[in-house]
Amino acid sequence: MAKPTEYVKHIESYVDSSSSPSQQAASVDALAILLRNDLLTLEALVRELDLYLTTTDSIIRSRGILLLGELLTQLELKPLSDAAIHSLIGFLTERLEDWRALRGALVGCLALLRRKTDVGVVTENDAEAVMKSYMQYLQVQSMGQHDRKLCFELLECLLERYPNAVQPLGNELFYSICEGIDEEKDPQCLILAFHIVEVAAKLFPDPSGPFASYAADIFEILGRYFPIHFTHPKSEDIGVSRDELSRALLLAFAATPLFEPFAIPLLLDKLSSSLPSAKVESFKYLGYCAPMYGSDRMAKHGGALWSSVKDVLYTSPESALSVESESDGGMIFEESDIMVEALILLEGLMQQNSDLLLDMILGDEDINNFICSFLKPWDIHDTPLQLRQQLHSVGRLLAVSAKSSMASCNRVFEKFFPQMMEALGCSVGNHSDESFATEDRALSSRFNYEAVSGNAQSSFAYTGVKGLQLLATFPRSFAPVSLLLFENILLKLVSAITSNFDKKFSWGLELKALVEIGLYIEGYQESEKAATFARIVVDKFVSWISSDEPAMPLSLKMQAICETGMTGISNMLRIVQGMEKAISAKFTQAYVDGNFESVELVIKVLECYSARVLPWFEMNGGSEEVAWNLAAIIWDKIDNSSSVNLTVQNYELLGAAMTAMKQAVRRCSQESQEKIVNRAFRVLSASTLFPLKDSPFATSLSNSEDSYLNHHVDRVSCRDEWIISLYASVVIALRPQTHVQNLKMVLQLFIMALTKGHIPSAQALGSLVNKLPSKTNERHLSQEYGVEEAIDVILTSSIWNFCQSNTLRKCSLFGGGNEIHNTKCLAGLNHTSVHISAIVGLAWIGKGLIMRGHEGIKDITMTFLGVLLENTNNGDFPESCDPIEGKEQEVIPLMKSAADAFHILLSDSEDCLNRNYHSVIRPLYKQRFYNSVMPLLLSSTRQSNSIITRSMLFRSFAHVISETPLSAMISEANKLIPLLLDSLSTLTEDVMHKDVIYNVILVLSAILMDKNGQVAVLENAQAIINQLIGLAAYPHMMVIRETAIQCLGAMSELPYARIYPSRTKVLQAISKALDDPKRAVRQEAVRCRQAWASIASRSLHF
Amino acid sequence: MTLGLINANPVVHAKKERVARPLDDPHADDAVDPLEIYDIVRDIRDPEHPYSLEQLSVLSEESITVDEKLGRILITFTPTIQHCSMATVIGLCLREKLKDCFPAHFKVDIKVAPGSHADEEAVNKQLNDKERVAAALENPNLRQLVTECLYSSEL
Repeated sequence: MAKPTEYVKHIESYVDSSSSPSQQAASVDALAILLRNDLLTLEALVRELDLYLTTTDSIIRSRGILLLGELLTQLELKPLSDAAIHSLIGFLTERLEDWRALRGALVGCLALLRRKTDVGVVTENDAEAVMKSYMQYLQVQSMGQHDRKLCFELLECLLERYPNAVQPLGNELFYSICEGIDEEKDPQCLILAFHIVEVAAKLFPDPSGPFASYAADIFEILGRYFPIHFTHPKSEDIGVSRDELSRALLLAFAATPLFEPFAIPLLLDKLSSSLPSAKVESFKYLGYCAPMYGSDRMAKHGGALWSSVKDVLYTSPESALSVESESDGGMIFEESDIMVEALILLEGLMQQNSDLLLDMILGDEDINNFICSFLKPWDIHDTPLQLRQQLHSVGRLLAVSAKSSMASCNRVFEKFFPQMMEALGCSVGNHSDESFATEDRALSSRFNYEAVSGNAQSSFAYTGVKGLQLLATFPRSFAPVSLLLFENILLKLVSAITSNFDKKFSWGLELKALVEIGLYIEGYQESEKAATFARIVVDKFVSWISSDEPAMPLSLKMQAICETGMTGISNMLRIVQGMEKAISAKFTQAYVDGNFESVELVIKVLECYSARVLPWFEMNGGSEEVAWNLAAIIWDKIDNSSSVNLTVQNYELLGAAMTAMKQAVRRCSQESQEKIVNRAFRVLSASTLFPLKDSPFATSLSNSEDSYLNHHVDRVSCRDEWIISLYASVVIALRPQTHVQNLKMVLQLFIMALTKGHIPSAQALGSLVNKLPSKTNERHLSQEYGVEEAIDVILTSSIWNFCQSNTLRKCSLFGGGNEIHNTKCLAGLNHTSVHISAIVGLAWIGKGLIMRGHEGIKDITMTFLGVLLENTNNGDFPESCDPIEGKEQEVIPLMKSAADAFHILLSDSEDCLNRNYHSVIRPLYKQRFYNSVMPLLLSSTRQSNSIITRSMLFRSFAHVISETPLSAMISEANKLIPLLLDSLSTLTEDVMHKDVIYNVILVLSAILMDKNGQVAVLENAQAIINQLIGLAAYPHMMVIRETAIQCLGAMSELPYARIYPSRTKVLQAISKALDDPKRAVRQEAVRCRQAWASIASRSLHF
Repeated sequence: MTLGLINANPVVHAKKERVARPLDDPHADDAVDPLEIYDIVRDIRDPEHPYSLEQLSVLSEESITVDEKLGRILITFTPTIQHCSMATVIGLCLREKLKDCFPAHFKVDIKVAPGSHADEEAVNKQLNDKERVAAALENPNLRQLVTECLYSSEL
């Protein structure tokens, strides 16, 4: 036996409210061990506790009783004598009255009531006393959450373990249950409450018993919780999930048929909600409750239930086409959760009372009419999606109905099957004896498909095609399809494709089937079939290319051809042969005569080449022969024809030919490229472009050059334009290693062409300077030129001379003769346009240099800057010109093009100078350029005092920053932002700059969003906000206003003290934007206003 | 016991998909239309439940009419139950929200749908009386309730 001193200290430590929870827990454990090991008897302990249990100090009393309760919980497995249990439970029952010390009594009662029979249990009389005391004293809803939970547990325990004790209490019990669970909101308590209702309801099944009179009240309390709506974001926090709660409520609903008069109307009512989750829940509950309530009770709701099921399944079916059938446009649907639950409900109801429901289903006029309407031949692709969904649903509905029993199966079968078979053209007799449930189910679920296919033989819709495809792709080892049959299938499909092209859906389906068959043959190496396929399908399609038969749109023809070709290399080669033949046959016609159909055909074939065939060969490792052949054919054709008819289509044709040429050449190896480029040069040199070859073009020319150029512009024929464009395309796509012959001449030719505004020539020049080898020793022996020489040739050409004082002059080879050009730029509009072309050309050349990181870019940049600065700062316009008019007309476009040259320099181009065309790209070239050009731009901006010059300089600046990666600029955001704002305010003065403003504001917004830019933004917050307020009313471009307001919204996130002074100003500006004519702006304004208003208070008063 | 809710278990409807308007159409007629107004007010929270007015079918696009030329907006809403004492609060919320989101020159009329409220006339009168609206919003409790409904993050 333990000495009193040993355990008294534990008792005192527990009762002492100043000790920590862990100490208290330790004391309980220590005492429990003593008790369990019989070192201390319960009796002695209670005696020792005496004062604590009865003192008038409620805090100590509650601690004392709680200690007793806790100990009893720990001793659940220790045998106790009946007398001890009796006196303990008696004491604790009494203590339920004592609300100040309630918890201990609850814990103790619960522990005693939960004891197993072999260790001594509470007698029924005592349990009844507990129940009575509970009913008399406990006001569950006025307690805290934990106490409520204990109360519910106690009640649950009493109901479950001592049904005989609580049964006599009847009405009072239910009153107390109602009172207890009313308005309960805690999820853990709710689960218990639901369970209590469930157990109580099962305890009193008598329809005239006490539960019956309380069913309405209890259900009113329960019904409020349906459907369970969970506002707790995470269920882990509360230990109960939504599903658990929902399940508990479901069990409570289904606990007794007495709930039926209340539950079914509620659930039907909730079905009217458009919230999918509510519908799913309602169907789930209905499906679960229906069998529990019994068929008699459910019979009267039959009509309502059927109409709600029908509503979901038939009237507005929410099934989605499954992913795989999306492309087939077919009939495979994925049902929504609602439909799944509705079908489960229907299944349950059918099993319960199939006659009643079948009467309703089979008698339903809508369903009957619907089925009848599908019994005549129809086309699936003409059917709207909803009809197809309905068809699917009706199929499912009939399948479920037929499944429930043999009898119902027979009824469904008798009703619909004969009609369907008749519609399909089969006699009913063959099938009349198949009435097994399973088989019929399979049939009925297939009904929809069969009905869909209508008359399969005549319309080749879904089933027909699918079936043929399945047959044809059956592996030989399983079910050999004879070659003859295979042939027939292919013929059938081909003829279907030929005739069906106006029906988009089935056409696609048939083509897909053919492609699948082709892929299958490739995959399984069936050589015989492959030959058949090639003969019947591929050859047939290829023959279409150049014939007018069938009368199918060209784009569909090409689609069919390409897709069948992509099934395998041999098929593709056949098709390529066909296409090459077509180009050979039609190209001359198209290109010389401008014959409309031929032009269209050749354009399509060329597009097909560049978009599908060439990439396919690259992907599938085909030879470069195809690309090489294409290039060769085109050059042959050009070479052989002498003149070209200039039409609009001809330009389209030229575009397609250039794209195809680039795509083809870039895929060729170095040797083939050299062959092509030489071939092309031969054509070029034979053209009328080449009196030039003897002209002293490279030397510094005098005025005569201008007249020469002008003269030449007129003289260049359409054929020459073709030749030079295609030649430029070849050059653009060359590999760096490829050697170009007669480079000097080519360079001169391109220079000549670019002055006429021929962009491809400029791009070709850019590509050339980008790829030419830089050092002499790297050079190929035969390579006559390196990049330095090429640049020299280009830059010494006198077309640049109008930029008088530029740095090009410094180039060593740049000869004299500059002086005479001083006035040239003003000699006439024609010259201005020549000079603009020259600047654009120079920009492309610069792009080539900048990408490889060549030094020459500095000179070119200086040229542009020179144009920007000089024309206004030098007042040396000839007096003959009107000082203002002349200036505006002549100079502004020129300066604008010089500013835009920076855009060409830095932006990425699709057409040339990218990885696809084997460009030499130095890493971080944009960053380098940014770092070198920025100081120049800044100092020029500071020096210039002319408005036009400033705005043009800022335009260049805008181009540079909008093309440079943000990461390169963000470290200097501090310096950048004032400049950005300056440029915005300068650029807004002219409408011409609106696109550029947009780019700048995008950069600004990127800085605002970037973490690293925050400090700089903060420093300039006021200025930024002022500028943005101005832009929020920018009249010429909606996106600028929108972005400005977005940026303002982002600014509201900055620290309060910084932005508060601007708040009123911003809100006033934004309230004007609320009236913007464009909706997008208004919406942004609402958001922005909300953000700014809430930084001070939620009120929008200001 | 807490004070009972006016409508303890309202029928909740699904939120409709927002209609995406075609982008980048510079010639689109961007006049204020019912959908735009609906998009602004649909997310106002119900004063009683953590659902939006849209979810409780208090509002629909069809119940809003707008005349941009005359600068008038008319919203007709349907309280969930006949004797809903929250109808005026809902009306106040609508008025506040529209005041925030549209320029001041729009005249806003707010009504309950005919036959949807026991006290229809009184509610309509109250909601369209400038002074009474202003007075109601001076009331700190009401102001707080309205603000909670407008800027609630519960939805």
